[in-house]
Amino acid sequence: MKSDSSMPVSKGKVVTAVFLKDVQIELRSRVVTNQVLPFAGLVMVMFAFALDNDDVLQRVAGGLVWLATLFSLLIIVQRSFAIDTADGALDSLRVAGIELSAVFFGKAIALAAKLVALEMVLIFSALVLYRVDVSAIGVVLLVTCVFCATSGLAFVGTLYGGLTAGAKGRETLLPLLLLPVVAPVLIAATRATEAAFGSGGAQTSEGWAWIGLLAVFAAVFGVGGSLAFGSLIDE
Amino acid sequence: MIVSFSDVVVVYDNFPALAGATFEISRGEIVLLQGPNGAGKTTLLRTCAGLLPIVRGSANVLSCDLTSDRYSVRKKVGLLGHANGLFHDLTVEENMSFWSRLIGASDQDVKTAMQIMGLSDRLCTTRVANLSAGQKRRCALATLIVRRAQLWLLDEPHAGLDTHGRDELDKTLRAAREAGATVMFASHEIDRARNLATRSLMVAGGLVTES
Repeated sequence: MKSDSSMPVSKGKVVTAVFLKDVQIELRSRVVTNQVLPFAGLVMVMFAFALDNDDVLQRVAGGLVWLATLFSLLIIVQRSFAIDTADGALDSLRVAGIELSAVFFGKAIALAAKLVALEMVLIFSALVLYRVDVSAIGVVLLVTCVFCATSGLAFVGTLYGGLTAGAKGRETLLPLLLLPVVAPVLIAATRATEAAFGSGGAQTSEGWAWIGLLAVFAAVFGVGGSLAFGSLIDE
Repeated sequence: MIVSFSDVVVVYDNFPALAGATFEISRGEIVLLQGPNGAGKTTLLRTCAGLLPIVRGSANVLSCDLTSDRYSVRKKVGLLGHANGLFHDLTVEENMSFWSRLIGASDQDVKTAMQIMGLSDRLCTTRVANLSAGQKRRCALATLIVRRAQLWLLDEPHAGLDTHGRDELDKTLRAAREAGATVMFASHEIDRARNLATRSLMVAGGLVTES
């Protein structure tokens, strides 16, 4: 047995390894598919029961989709870090001597993949339950909105998930810290989705300005998160 | 010197878990850390791994000054704490594959480590959640072997292992030493540990003395 440190690994390989690990665990445990998706679907149905008016539902459909996404985000983020802290794997990642910003991106991409699956179901639910129509150009706006909003939510979710991972009372701390921060995403994604759905006579063109805000949010938390993540989970 | 601590103070949860620790360890030693629960053994091992900040004193591990930079040393050490650092939804093989990918180890290294720790073909495809405590420990030790660390930091490594597993671990640590690695381990199984160690240190009240 030779004793020396192994060869250095590129950041890209670490990102890929962490991403594949998180996705593999989800495919094995099916927490998102068996628990989070039904929860999000139930929220959509409960909103329909509570509002019980087609006109109102079509008007607020965009907001309901993103509100259900945010509630589900909290569960997915907590689950994403619970698998790392349950048996001390987060400590092992720290001692592995790898760049923790690569862990941040790997976890964020895996989180984004789960969120996209969730949002597809929620948008489909809105189309069916709330009888929303989307034009061809509306679909383009909607896809762009999902991409930008999901990136922002994944970055900020991973950052705050890492921040609260080792904290006492993290289950209640995460919503308290995360929800105020993602308020801009909720507002911008809702307005852009309303424009895509044509809710309340909104024009599709009105949505693109909100996409800009979502893109800026994602960029800020992508860069900021990669810089701060290592220090946050180290303390 | 592989490890050199001088008057090191480390505060953990507002408590000075190390309160002026001073000791040195040379290359190739297998050092047993003895002491009662809460004496500071785990803190000492985690400090050597660069996981805890040093409040006062000076510490040098594998030529890394831990007071100014406690990150560089992490690539050179292997730490096995009370937890195993495994993902319970993945199989043994998938866990090994993940950790080996992170450090750039080869498939052959992984196979060798699994053979050393007696992780058979049947166990390889078993989810970690379904393993016994001893089997999980063996899997964690296999991930450590793959790392080929220069300094092994082990907290109760024998815990949960059966007699065969303990014998294999002792053999592995001796082989690591022969290959040039240095080992620090904490253990309450004094007879076995003394037999394995080349030297003992007593940790008590945050201080370290020769035993």
